[in-house]
Order: sequence, then structure tokens, then C-alpha cells
Amino acid sequence: MSDDQSESASAMADGPSSPLGDGKGTVLGSDIQAKIGQHLRAMYDDVVRQGVPDRFMDLLSKLDKADPTSGEGGGRK
Amino acid sequence: MSRFDPTLRDEIIAAIPNLRAFAISLSGSVDRADDLVQETLLRAFANISSFRPGTNLPAWLFTILRNLFRSEYRKRRREVPDSDGAFAATLTSNPDQNTHLDFEDFRAALEQLPSDQREALVLVGASGFSYEEAADICQCAVGTIKSRVNRARKRLGEMLALDDASDFGPDKTTRAVLAAERT
Repeated sequence: MSDDQSESASAMADGPSSPLGDGKGTVLGSDIQAKIGQHLRAMYDDVVRQGVPDRFMDLLSKLDKADPTSGEGGGRK
Repeated sequence: MSRFDPTLRDEIIAAIPNLRAFAISLSGSVDRADDLVQETLLRAFANISSFRPGTNLPAWLFTILRNLFRSEYRKRRREVPDSDGAFAATLTSNPDQNTHLDFEDFRAALEQLPSDQREALVLVGASGFSYEEAADICQCAVGTIKSRVNRARKRLGEMLALDDASDFGPDKTTRAVLAAERT
């Protein structure tokens, strides 16, 4: 599913400040890269901040009370 | 008395918000993401005995979720892409107008990435996994993850840089709407 491998052809900057690059010069501009990192985390954290929806807490309580014989022996250790 | 080790149970609960965020980035839909998380939890509890205590629980859960998504994806493809973007739908707070438009550009660009690049970028850049952990989750080599993350960042950088200059993207209508909003 990966696409072409021509990434090194048009590398423009060295991007030493990129926290995710591995110093191979695959980063465009450090300000754009910083913005990408911020947006990515903002988008992700916005979901994370919503916490655990009720449906999952309900599911867990049901699982907790379920008949252990229907599972693989529970989580005892 | 709980069926499950209460510590493990708490750790699984603590991982749910991150699982949701990852699932949304994979599936492009909040509803499908929540279904994926639910299936992941069921699978995790059914196979809890195969989790080795002391190993990385979040990575284990992410692996289950990703595998579920992949097998489902193979079956149905991505038949109903969420046209407006799932992340946008989940936004609880609206930043100021300019930031919001930047954000829209970013979201649109992210959705255009090949899914293997997007998941690598999200795992490393947002979920906080190391390259090694991300490689475990995606069942590939560490070098592959690094390459996917680099390509994702570069591609996004190109799209967003282009976008600053003029138009980009396959969807001229969306661009036009955004441009109209901007003025």
C-alpha cells in the first residue's frame, strides 16, 4: 500500500530540529514540521480529553460480572 | 470480587481514550472507531491470559485494535469515508478562526496520506510510542516505521507548504469553501 519511494529526491532541508526525523534530510521546513507536530497532537489530544465514554465503562462492568466459564479462565495470576 | 486483575483492568481503562484517538485516525469515523474499541476490549478480555504481565499493555491493546481494523478493512475496504472528517466532528473546542482554518488544512492533508504512513505518524507523533513500539504494533521493522514517519511528515509538509502558496488537494470544492470562509 505504500507509494513511490522518491522521497529523497526533493528533500529541501536538513531538518536537524525535527523531533521525528532521523537526520536524513527528509524534512521540509522546520516551522511547517513544528506545526504538523502541534496539529497532530492537538487533534489527538482533543479525543483523549473526552475520557472514557459510558458505553465502555458499562461494557467493562458487564464483562466483569460475566460467567468466567465462558472465557479463557479470567485474569487470575 | 472482580474476575480480572484490578490493576490490569484499571490500566486497560486508562488506555481507552488513546485507543479511541488511534481508532479515529485509522477508520475516519467516530462511530466505527468506538465499535473498534469495543471489539478490542472484548478481544483483550477474552485473551487476557495471553498478555504477559509487565510487558507493554497499551502496545498490546493497540496491536489488537490495529489487527481488527486491518481484517475488517480488507473485507469492506473503506466504503464510506467520513466526508467531513471524524476528527473535526470530535472537536470540543474551537480555537480562533485562523488556527481553525490551519487545522482544517492539516486534517484534510492527513487524510490523504496512505494509511500505513498515517498510522505510523500517529503512533509516534501523537500516541507517544517509540519507533520500536510502533514497529511492534505494526508488525514491521523499525526502519520501516522510521521511513513511513519521515515520508508522512515530508508529504504533509509539502501539502501544507503548497497550500500556503496556492491551491492543493483533490477536492476543489472543499478548497473553494475554505477559501470563501477565509475572506
